[in-house]
Amino acid sequence: MSDERPPTRYTEYHPRWYRPRVSTWWWLARWPYLKFILREISSVFVAWFVVVLLLQIRALSRGPEAYAAFERWLQNPLIVLLNLITLFFVVFHATTWFNLAPSAMAIRFGGKRVPDLLIVGTNYAAWAAISLVVAWFLVRS
Amino acid sequence: MAETISLEVLRYSPERDAEPSFQTYDVPLRKDWVVLDALNYIKDKVDGSLTFRWSCRMGICGSCGMMVNGEPKLTCATFLSNYANENKPVRVQPLRYFPVIRDLVVEVTDFMTKLQSVKPWLIREKEKPVSDGEYLQTPDQLDRYKQFSMCINCLLCYAACPVYGLDPVFIGPAAIALAQRYNMDSRDEGAHERMDVLAQHEGIWGCTFVGECTKVCPKHVDPAGAIQQYKLTATIERFKTFLMPWAAR
Repeated sequence: MSDERPPTRYTEYHPRWYRPRVSTWWWLARWPYLKFILREISSVFVAWFVVVLLLQIRALSRGPEAYAAFERWLQNPLIVLLNLITLFFVVFHATTWFNLAPSAMAIRFGGKRVPDLLIVGTNYAAWAAISLVVAWFLVRS
Repeated sequence: MAETISLEVLRYSPERDAEPSFQTYDVPLRKDWVVLDALNYIKDKVDGSLTFRWSCRMGICGSCGMMVNGEPKLTCATFLSNYANENKPVRVQPLRYFPVIRDLVVEVTDFMTKLQSVKPWLIREKEKPVSDGEYLQTPDQLDRYKQFSMCINCLLCYAACPVYGLDPVFIGPAAIALAQRYNMDSRDEGAHERMDVLAQHEGIWGCTFVGECTKVCPKHVDPAGAIQQYKLTATIERFKTFLMPWAAR
């Protein structure tokens, strides 16, 4: 790192300027902001599904009885409700992420930027394909 | 009688007022009038004390940005007729998150300092003499940064960015997009100088990708895209310095 970086400068305090305060509830003011906050909160639910998966693997490694107990725990109405909410947020997380992907990925091909729709479409196609493979394994067993 | 439309304009006089307040004006509703035309009508015919910035009235100078019904807009490109059917006054306020000097005029020194800190100009390690001719560029190379070069510094993206509102040290959308405009330019060699400023928490990592900056941009610059793309570049560069310390500058 070089030392050339200028120090962070603040606009001087000026008593005659009016400085509006940002409300704590700014994210309720507009739907895109609320959507953004929901997208950020969705990470908590993604983490919950990771925990469920880890518990499942632990139950699996402890034998059939432990796994049956784990399945009974999953059938608890509260857990079912929580997992339904989680499913909604995980799908929300995935779709918003796929829709944002093209602006984070500026892929150039043959001197032209790959169209946004193609990047979004590829993401959804990969999602569908992987889901089909998983579904095939589940149905087969 | 000609149709009229009401405008609720934020007024603030630093000499008189402790707090700003709204003043309502009725202006003729003409099909070809934009919000800026209505403000000029008020200033010419109704109240000469109303203060606002404007210049080109054709979306190039970037000085007439204001909040119209809570959305950051270039008032020269926002037609009154779009609000005619809402049956309530059109609310005109100064750009959000900036200190207000008077009425609709905001203080933008903060942005100017930040813009300068990313060195938005062509940096060469060694200038070649004029006799050697121009730095040539292919249409493909131009195409890589052209979108980011359309920025007119109107600051609508800052008014749309809650990160800037909550954490004013954030360099912000336009400054980062303009840094990218030079980073992506084949004639430029200053990317590593800009990285010191950009790859900081106050730089790209402050951005949480709300994405509103891109939506409000009147010139389709896509600052949110510029920031996310630079996050990738900065990450790759960081790993390179770990993996190949000898290649570090």
